[in-house]
Amino acid sequence: MTLLRHTPKEVAERKALTVNPAKTCQPIGAMYAALGIHGCLPHSHGSQGCCAYHRSALTRHYKEPIPAATSSFTEGASVFGGQANLLQAINNIFSVYEPEVIAVHTTCLSETIGDDLNQIITKARKDGKIPEGKDMLGASTPSYVGSHVTGFSNMVKSMASTFAKNTGERNGKVNIIPGWVEPADMEEIKRLVALMGVDITLFPDTSGVLNGPLSGEYHMFPKGGVTVDELRDAGNAMGTMALGEWCSADAARWLDANCKVPCTVLDMPFGLKATDRFIDTLRIIAGTSVADAVAHERGQLVDMISDMHQYTFGKKVALWGDPDQLISMCEFLVSMDMWPVHVVTGTPGKRFEARIKEITAELPFDINVKAGGDLFLLHQWVKNEPVDLLMGNSYGKYIARDEDTPLIRWGFPILDRVGHQYFPTVGYKGGLRLLEKMLGALLDRKDRDDPEETFELVL
Amino acid sequence: MATKNKSVQWNPAEIKEELLSKYPPKVARKRAKQILINEAEGSETPEITANVRTVPGIITMRGCTYAGCKGVIMGPTRDIVNITHGPIGCGFYSWLTRRNQTDVSDPDAENYMMYSFSTDMQDEDIIFGGEKKLEAAIQEAYDLFHPKGICVFATCPVGLIGDDIHAVCKKMREKLGDCNIFAFSCEGYKGVSQSAGHHIANNQVFRYLVGENEEPVKGDYKINLLGEYNIGGDGFEIDRILNKCGITNVATFSGNSTYEQFASAQHADLSCVMCHRSINYVADMLETKYGIPWIKVNFIGAEATAKSLRKIGQYFEDKELMERIEKVIAEEMPDVDAMRDEVLPHTTGKTAMLFVGGSRAHHYQELFKEMGMKTLSAGYEFAHRDDYEGREVLPNLKVDADSRNIEEIEVGPDEKLYQPRKTDEQTRRLEEAGFRFKDYDGMLPDMDHRTIVVDDLNQYEAEKLVEIMKPDLFCAGIKEKYSIQKLGVPMKQLHSYDSGGPYAGFRGAINFYKEIDRLVTSRVWSYMKAPWQENPELSATYVWE
Repeated sequence: MTLLRHTPKEVAERKALTVNPAKTCQPIGAMYAALGIHGCLPHSHGSQGCCAYHRSALTRHYKEPIPAATSSFTEGASVFGGQANLLQAINNIFSVYEPEVIAVHTTCLSETIGDDLNQIITKARKDGKIPEGKDMLGASTPSYVGSHVTGFSNMVKSMASTFAKNTGERNGKVNIIPGWVEPADMEEIKRLVALMGVDITLFPDTSGVLNGPLSGEYHMFPKGGVTVDELRDAGNAMGTMALGEWCSADAARWLDANCKVPCTVLDMPFGLKATDRFIDTLRIIAGTSVADAVAHERGQLVDMISDMHQYTFGKKVALWGDPDQLISMCEFLVSMDMWPVHVVTGTPGKRFEARIKEITAELPFDINVKAGGDLFLLHQWVKNEPVDLLMGNSYGKYIARDEDTPLIRWGFPILDRVGHQYFPTVGYKGGLRLLEKMLGALLDRKDRDDPEETFELVL
Repeated sequence: MATKNKSVQWNPAEIKEELLSKYPPKVARKRAKQILINEAEGSETPEITANVRTVPGIITMRGCTYAGCKGVIMGPTRDIVNITHGPIGCGFYSWLTRRNQTDVSDPDAENYMMYSFSTDMQDEDIIFGGEKKLEAAIQEAYDLFHPKGICVFATCPVGLIGDDIHAVCKKMREKLGDCNIFAFSCEGYKGVSQSAGHHIANNQVFRYLVGENEEPVKGDYKINLLGEYNIGGDGFEIDRILNKCGITNVATFSGNSTYEQFASAQHADLSCVMCHRSINYVADMLETKYGIPWIKVNFIGAEATAKSLRKIGQYFEDKELMERIEKVIAEEMPDVDAMRDEVLPHTTGKTAMLFVGGSRAHHYQELFKEMGMKTLSAGYEFAHRDDYEGREVLPNLKVDADSRNIEEIEVGPDEKLYQPRKTDEQTRRLEEAGFRFKDYDGMLPDMDHRTIVVDDLNQYEAEKLVEIMKPDLFCAGIKEKYSIQKLGVPMKQLHSYDSGGPYAGFRGAINFYKEIDRLVTSRVWSYMKAPWQENPELSATYVWE
């Protein structure tokens, strides 16, 4: 029985209808980023449905509470502007929930009517609605531009542009903007950097916020997150490493242009080569040598790639997700002689297609790649050219079941498995975990499909 | 068991005061009207304020009109292509996130529920209007799938930029000829909650779809099941029971439903309303236009299920049906009783709180009662006063400025098809025997004296209630689940059922007993303190000495 029974093999061009999107809208990215600030309550300036949906999606993904407030627009506010709603909200939030900082983002509603966030925040400050020692930041996140990745990037940029100042004294630290990776990945980046002996400011940082313990107490604002003071000091850093062009570059370039903090934009450190570049750049920027422990981890990953190469060689993979993640993952696959054959991101951007084509240029055939594509198209491609593995978020499970193809859950959102909040996929350690997952899926399938006489104990 | 001791410590008035103490004065005054101490005695019900705008910044549990319309009412229908006209988010978040199950065993049947369709509006659509793109999207959907119906749902910006989605749908309906295409103006900012979306969905389904199929429906004792969305298979279980009793379910609004079912609803002889909030509009319109009476039923709880079946039997005044119903109840109850007896030692005296959408906070109290559990506090996200206090308050309800623009459609008796199902004489006879048509008493009369009822509960109040009253179980939704569990209190989702279910009907009751037994007896809640936190004193000796 097929689940996606109306998906035909034949691909017809669609110009207006998106079916099964490979993206969602800006504000959820801004909400996730804001949760990476210590003591921060994200606030959605729009009608309350958006906020409910974004909180629910993040909650389902993390199995953790996701606090966020909303301006709860009514029809009246939608016509006459939402300033009164936001001012009331600010007052209520600081009175009832007492965050250190409120991070406001917008929705298609407040953007369409043209509410000016900065003006409202300035008014709130002037009217004394923001208590002494508390802060606010805002990011414009229209849902009809880009995707959730764009929203993430806009909020991260606002973290820099709202707070960072160059006071004239370098702080000897490196800013690292990790991009939209999981709390476990942020933790892993901090661990690697600590092994290298480099002093960093990581922002945003959701580790300790979205992977918290059960202890009988609920803290809306847990210990984790980058502090506003650290964000202010980011303007005095030696340099910024922005991981991911789509997620992190805007903030880094703002710091470069406005605080004279030089920046390097790198790929997200998924897989061998992107991690190599991350470590190598960090070493050069910070003027340190690479710790033996890091080199050791790298060697372990290379070892596993070589040990199991016969099972990965030439395996075809279809992937979907967000641009920065897909670029590194395709490179990782190619570096192991695996073949990413269909690649879709819902996030628009021509550079994406060019990068993926570049990475896969030496494969023995042309691959399918689309920015601004959807899972309906990806599924059609898979029907025409079947693959050995699917890699992407939980929505791929419908394709996986229909096409009887193993799925590795990676990306956002993962609604039906856990682990992504606890086990990193960045760095060499993350590479080991990704490869283990791929091998697990491929070998489980081999064990299921092999005839009795070739069913083997040792693989 | 500590529960008894706990109950004497509470003074509900003090709890209410505590809940309000941290609010700015204006907010406190408003919330005071939405927090009620149930003083219900006899027929006197205190008044609550409900269905009013949300306090900005308060961290509400509520969603929006689009969610109430597309997500709740139309989402569960398998053979209509539902296109969200808006930026991508709304369509994405309502994609397979409500667990409306559907029967897809026929491999040739249409089933679009696994799909999310959107016009994915871009900035140029906001600037120049999205009507052309919507038109093209409808054409593409038609070319790809050839469905019987295409529904279009407006999102926030659509109303603001002035896209006339109804005109586009009309044009495409006429152009394509064999596809019923209509639209819902369910912009997220309308009304104050999901509730407005229910109303808008009811209106449009009734206007464009109900009555379309003129072929009579075969079967005896024909009913509609209104306001049952087949979450976790609830509707399947209810249908199983109805079938066993020989009752024909013409149309479920809208769990496991099809286009055909909506189109045939006028052929039923009785409408049975499960979720009063979401579907009472259709129930009323079916009565006015076609003469189909409606009654309130509840299939949550084994006792409630039996009671509802008997009510249906009584309506049809048919001895054979009534006997068959009694036989089915007698067949089903032993398994229910056996499981209940198994869990009762663990659940008796335990306490629960329920804060769910617009009906379950009431219905599920039945199941807890059956397990000997006490409901300490309950409330709805978006119900109206009639859901709290009963329909007798309806004449006193005032529509406030925030909800005034939700369309009320005028329906009159259908010239050809109006046919009262009961004569005045029959109706009088039934009513004299205690039968009640078109009646819902609301949640308050079923709740204990001095329990606390909160409308539009927010994050702060939820935490406070749990901290003060320490219930053994808290029921709400996904957004509330994990913060409550961090406090060490088991949390049961009564929207998604935490991937469980069905909980309706007899088998559903058995599932629910087991699930609650699991939750209140789970060992995990005893692990919150590590041994070194429980006994932090340092010992002078080493353990291995």
